[in-house]
Amino acid sequence: MASILIPIGILGGIALFFGIFLIFSAERFKVTIDERVVKIQEVLPGIDCGACGAPGCSAFAEGVAHGEYEVDGCKAGGEEVALQVAEIMGVVVEVGGEEVAVHRCLGDNEVAKQVANYKGISTCVALHLLGGDKGCQYGCLGLGDCVEACPFDAIDMGDKGLPYVIEERCTACGVCVRTCPRELFEIISKKHDIFLACCSYDDVKTVKQVCSRGCIGCTLCVKVTEDEIVTMDGDLAVVHWDKIDDNKLLEPALEKCPVNTYIKRSELKGAENV
Amino acid sequence: MQLLTFKGGVHPKYRKELAKDSPIKKIEPPEFIYLPLTQHTGIPSKPIIEKKDEVEVGMKIAESNGKLSVPLHSSVAGVYMGLVNWPHPLGGRKEAMKIKLDPQRTFEWKEEERDVDLFSEDQIIEIVKEAGIVGMGGAAFPTYFKMKVPPDKKIKDLIINGAECEPYLTADHRLILERAEDIFKGVEILKRVLNPERVWIAIEDNKMDAIDRIKEFSSSYPWANITIHETKYPQGSEKQLIQSITGKEVPEGGLPFDVGAYVQNVGTVIAIYEAVCYSKPLYERVVTVTGPVRDPSNFLVPIGTPFEYLIEASGGVFGGTMQIINGGPMMGIAQVYPEVPVIKGTTGILVQNEKETLEREVSPCIRCASCVDVCPMYLMPTEIYKFIELEDFEKAKELGVLSCMECGGCGYVCPSYIPLPQHFKYAKAELMKEKK
Repeated sequence: MASILIPIGILGGIALFFGIFLIFSAERFKVTIDERVVKIQEVLPGIDCGACGAPGCSAFAEGVAHGEYEVDGCKAGGEEVALQVAEIMGVVVEVGGEEVAVHRCLGDNEVAKQVANYKGISTCVALHLLGGDKGCQYGCLGLGDCVEACPFDAIDMGDKGLPYVIEERCTACGVCVRTCPRELFEIISKKHDIFLACCSYDDVKTVKQVCSRGCIGCTLCVKVTEDEIVTMDGDLAVVHWDKIDDNKLLEPALEKCPVNTYIKRSELKGAENV
Repeated sequence: MQLLTFKGGVHPKYRKELAKDSPIKKIEPPEFIYLPLTQHTGIPSKPIIEKKDEVEVGMKIAESNGKLSVPLHSSVAGVYMGLVNWPHPLGGRKEAMKIKLDPQRTFEWKEEERDVDLFSEDQIIEIVKEAGIVGMGGAAFPTYFKMKVPPDKKIKDLIINGAECEPYLTADHRLILERAEDIFKGVEILKRVLNPERVWIAIEDNKMDAIDRIKEFSSSYPWANITIHETKYPQGSEKQLIQSITGKEVPEGGLPFDVGAYVQNVGTVIAIYEAVCYSKPLYERVVTVTGPVRDPSNFLVPIGTPFEYLIEASGGVFGGTMQIINGGPMMGIAQVYPEVPVIKGTTGILVQNEKETLEREVSPCIRCASCVDVCPMYLMPTEIYKFIELEDFEKAKELGVLSCMECGGCGYVCPSYIPLPQHFKYAKAELMKEKK
């Protein structure tokens, strides 16, 4: 009987020793995990679009917890995510309406003249290097780099060779703004409906030669609107969104524009319009 | 005599017979001249005249604007119409000075010949800079900058490049035939500035008449060594020429003077001679207009003349124009607008008709390594191409895409018709953008 007590004693001793050792090391080498990071990660969309500036969603979550990024920094998640992240962080955030990307060119295959037949690497960046195949040097090249780049499949190529934004999917992440070699995309607030769909700085003579719906720099929109919400930068009208509270302010410009370059976002619906 | 050559390279159809027997013709200037401010590698020039100002031939109209920049001179007498956004032969639109010709004022450059010995080396370099001279073989690198060799580098071999390996083009060939003596006089000026141990004049063996012409002067200029090179593309490339003659390889990212060599194109040498001896700035150059035109020619054209005017002057195209190329078929750039002007680096204008621009379907790489065999820079085009397809430009850089000189040899031999050089150009532009 006594012989069984010896191994029990030895094993019990070893178990006791390891038990104490584990308790000690668990206390001594504890890694503190910020619970907020885990929680924030759970509410983020998790598609790593990079629009916030962080390399990915988990990096953003950590950054928010350490105060490097704003709680409403996630563009893709929008209002909903911003509120949730703010709640986790215990702060109050004001959500100022959602944003959306708009494509500022109307030069489709019918409107903008093609002057050369391009056969080469089929990306806008490569074509832009050569100067483009359309007469307009500012307009859309129509090879769809933006369609490829959009992480939310929110851009599609229209039948006439112009991309259009599917607003239900657009999260205003800004990837298209950075991708387009001609910088035709702009992120605007969803409360704005009317916008200027041209980026051409060419003078009236050149614009008339290459496109029938390009901004000719007639300054009419500057004259019919108030409070300098539209100004001229050379031969291109520039809309100052920060000065516009109510989109109705742009309505006179929409009506008076002789080349119909101001368009309504709400009227752009799907491929048949662009 | 043994033919000199380098490793790699291709043998395209040269088609030089089209324009090689056409003597250099001076062309009447067109009504409007467009002088882009970017005609050289480096910073664009800065206009120094006002709109509506009267200009004379050879008058300085834009000045050097920084360390790597040269002035620009008017190529016709007329009125300055202001800056316009005009198509540029290297792609896109750039600012150009528009000048309206005054047909009443005709002009011949008449200046007393000056004695070169009056000038010091530094003065010669300053004259070359003020004359707006750039490398006329195509790259348009400011010549004065190249002539300022760092004091710790010694030039051993001065190489005069008359190889003209690019198919179709015959401008340099005609210059050697018609102005051989001026070339020697220009080389004498270069010799004084650079003080080389040896002088080489390099010509490919498909231009035997040019070689004979140069040899006629060998008794009066005994220091010149004439080297005959195998007709192979890209024999006329700077680094390949140095390798052919001296056997030395310019290190990666290095410049010719790292191996004691200095290469200058024959056209540039003549421009240097005219600038120093006759104070004539660079406002005109020889341009080959060739392809399926009625009368392929070598024209002496005022810089800024639109391409379409020159194509018209050579009799127009038969078979329907499909493509206008600035330069030759291997390295040239297809143009979007026919109204692009000739710039200082325009060696030729090649027109292609429908029959010549056969479109071929690109098929996948079969890993035959033909491109690796022909690459004169010892790169692996097929590997680099794969990384560019994946947009991994850093990896492409590791594999040496920046050493690619876009000679087009790989694309020429590819049995799958993959547009390799186009991809390398694209990757280089992307890498440059990242650097900025």
